Amino acid sequence: MSPQTTISTTSTADLAATRRQLWAALEARDEPAATAAVLGAHDAGVPAEDLLLDVIGPVQARVGAEWATGRIGVAQEHAATAIQDRVVAALAHRTADGTGARPETGETPRRVTVACVDGEWHALPARLLAEVLRGQGFLVDYLGAHVPTPHLIAHLHQTGTDVVALSSSLPVRLPTAHAAVTAIQAIGLPVLVGGAAFGPDGRYARLLGADGWAPDARAAARLLAAGPPRAHAARPAGELPHLADQEYTLVTRARTQLVRQVLQGLEDAVPAMASYTDRQRERTAEDIAHIVDFLGASLYTDDAELFTGFVTWTAGILRSRGVPGDALVAALDLLADAQHDFPRARAHLAAGRRALLRVPAPPTPGPRS
Amino acid sequence: MAGHYARATLMTVFEDESGRSRETAGAGSTSWIGSPHPAVVADRDGGVVEFNAAAADLFPRMGVGKWLDEVVPRWLADAHQRLAHPARAPAAAASARTRPAPLRGRHDGRLLRAHPTESGHGDVAWWLVDDSDLTAAQDALRTERERHAILAEASTQLLASLNPDRCLEKAALLAADHLGDAALVISPPVRNRYTVVTAMGGGFERTQLTLDPALVPGLAEALQGFPPVPARWIDPAELPSWAVPEGFGGTPGSVAITPLPGHGVPAGALILLRRGGQRAFDASEELFARLFAARAGAALSAARLYAEQARITRALIAELLPPRLHHVDGVDFAGGYRTSQDTERIGGDFYDVHPGTDDGQETLAVLGDVCGKGLDAAVLTGRIRSTVQALLPLAGDHQNVLRLLNGALLTARHTRFATLVLASVRRTGGRVRLRLTSAGHPRPLVLRATGEVEEADTGGTLVGALPVVTSRSATVDLSPGETCLLYTDGITEARGGPLGSAMFGEDRLRSALAECVGLQAEAVVERVQMIAGDWVGRGPHDDMAVVAITAPHTTHLSAVNGHTRGRYTA
Repeated sequence: MSPQTTISTTSTADLAATRRQLWAALEARDEPAATAAVLGAHDAGVPAEDLLLDVIGPVQARVGAEWATGRIGVAQEHAATAIQDRVVAALAHRTADGTGARPETGETPRRVTVACVDGEWHALPARLLAEVLRGQGFLVDYLGAHVPTPHLIAHLHQTGTDVVALSSSLPVRLPTAHAAVTAIQAIGLPVLVGGAAFGPDGRYARLLGADGWAPDARAAARLLAAGPPRAHAARPAGELPHLADQEYTLVTRARTQLVRQVLQGLEDAVPAMASYTDRQRERTAEDIAHIVDFLGASLYTDDAELFTGFVTWTAGILRSRGVPGDALVAALDLLADAQHDFPRARAHLAAGRRALLRVPAPPTPGPRS
Repeated sequence: MAGHYARATLMTVFEDESGRSRETAGAGSTSWIGSPHPAVVADRDGGVVEFNAAAADLFPRMGVGKWLDEVVPRWLADAHQRLAHPARAPAAAASARTRPAPLRGRHDGRLLRAHPTESGHGDVAWWLVDDSDLTAAQDALRTERERHAILAEASTQLLASLNPDRCLEKAALLAADHLGDAALVISPPVRNRYTVVTAMGGGFERTQLTLDPALVPGLAEALQGFPPVPARWIDPAELPSWAVPEGFGGTPGSVAITPLPGHGVPAGALILLRRGGQRAFDASEELFARLFAARAGAALSAARLYAEQARITRALIAELLPPRLHHVDGVDFAGGYRTSQDTERIGGDFYDVHPGTDDGQETLAVLGDVCGKGLDAAVLTGRIRSTVQALLPLAGDHQNVLRLLNGALLTARHTRFATLVLASVRRTGGRVRLRLTSAGHPRPLVLRATGEVEEADTGGTLVGALPVVTSRSATVDLSPGETCLLYTDGITEARGGPLGSAMFGEDRLRSALAECVGLQAEAVVERVQMIAGDWVGRGPHDDMAVVAITAPHTTHLSAVNGHTRGRYTA
């Protein structure tokens, strides 16, 4: 649900100026200045929706991009995000009386529950959607980041929501998201999903059987305003036939063991690692665990592109931090060695390796010694 | 045509022959004459050659030499004609080899199946089987199967949601889809107001009405639910206007009122409407409506029961939920809580922030951990929280508060004990002074502006276990941007990490905190929760609570604001 800059009634120059002011305030960790920039633009007539989606959203995307390229630290990212959250709250407080017209009753959903899947801490995109929907006259229950599925379901039973909008940014949460989607549908409610986890074209949303997918908050609002997607009759959980080979289950179950094995292998192969501190070693283990988690997600979705996307993104992050990419290739090779019984996992790892080396694909993905 | 000629000339011949063959048959070598199934033999031109008694019973005008089309129904005579004079010879040859398929047709209110067999010299014998009973049974079976499927689907849809409103809507929509042209589901009244959900044509409408059920015949009884009353047909003219949905198109042709029997309590009433010109309900449809009503009633009762229980639970745990923390007297407070069970919202950890009653009085923050987890532990946290609140006037003396709290816990029946930290907070100028006292609890951590993390030098015995408690307080000053973190051991004892079951530990917590220099209280709490949460992953963990107390950056309010805007705005 990364909001995109789109043409609106507000002049694009105004929006760009507000974005610059907001970014500057975030860089200085200056909450009053950040709030002043956004509320000032609101005073000057920029609609709240445009501020949410064309100022706060893109600036938040920039926060993520700056972190990815190593220009800001993790603390700064958190500080910026916390300030953004407060800015959204300040804007919401102003528009609390709801200027938008209520959607028609009957076919159109009136009550929307917006939540992040369990384990998802990036709440801002969901928050922006919640505020946009509120502004358009929906009754919104915003449950925030990291909502355990049992809490979500209890909330839905108790509130009589018409439709659920579920947000997730990390593809490693797709199995969790799938469980949530299935649980929501099992109680007879339709569920829209959004966020980077579901792929740029929403392919994983379809795979997991979500009732709708939106690339950004405006599209989600349009979808909801157009009427609720027909709720499926409660049905058995969406089937993913490729899971029958158990590779996802076995790789996920062996996560710790795989991480240890690859870490040991790296230490044997890369002499420099001998001088690592415990903390550096743990960071390396965390990186390996991340690779295993993404491999799990790509096995779950049966889409090697999910894995190659992650691997090339990681290589970019490492490059921007001056870390050589050799270790990543070595880790993939060690991981492939540990997967001799798992043809799909090997194929995904080989695809990741090819993407890293930018070499032409061999005719059949095979093991490398 | 050649056929006409042949028919005319051959007639006498066949008449003769058929008389003979009939006699032969009558002589008794073949038993088909006595078959209970009607059988007729006709020549290739359609003249009746032989028939048995059953055929004579079925077709009263039957007689040897008569034309088939005079004595049997049209569909049978036509079929004979097609069989005897096929359009193309080769096709006929082919169909003669394979057995011709039986036909079906009606005669005198019965459904007949006709099987032809060819004798070889042009005659065709028609064996007729009365299929009426079978067909009726098959029709009934199909209807039953459809109804069964509808009921199964209805149960699935009705039981899916435990939300009473959703359940009402589903019941109305299903009834309108499968039982009538429109349906109303009326809930038992709440303070004399009835919720009425009207469904028609795939849509529904919900209204709240003040109505007198006695004015609709049968409605009051149906809403009472007991004694059980059968579905009742009422005169459509007696239906009040609110019961006829807008756009229904005139007065309904038939109206039925059925109770929705719930679990010992009435779940409401169902009113079914059919348009004029539609046939009224028959007995089996009425039975079906009652079966549906039983399912809808049970589902509605379950949903109401759940909603009621949920309401009670919400009310009872409201005081036990972790409070939302915010800015108090110039100091930022933020709290985060994660229960050990994803299904629970309360556990054995707790925190509170009590603002001072007068200006200049200290704010008291408390964070603690009751031995155990789950509901039982949560109940004790409630007791401790209210005791501490009662002791607020004495909060100037932490030792005294802990002594009294210990006494209160010791005299109670339970055998649980607790650890906690008290933090009295007061802001003076830009600085925040804290008095911290730990009672058997992990010591608070202090994040300095330099990124150093210190441990507050406080310690003491836990409460609720020993008759005498001792403790030692520490005083800590925070400069703007510095944070004091209170946490429970659920964080530090969390097991997980990339290599399996390593304990998160205080060192990792310190390094996580060290990265939070200059962050707001909420961001610190979120960061610590996130790191600990990622550490445990999906593994089991104890309750985890954190509270951050942060001295805000004061200088921002005026000077820096103007400065940054001036520097960065284009």
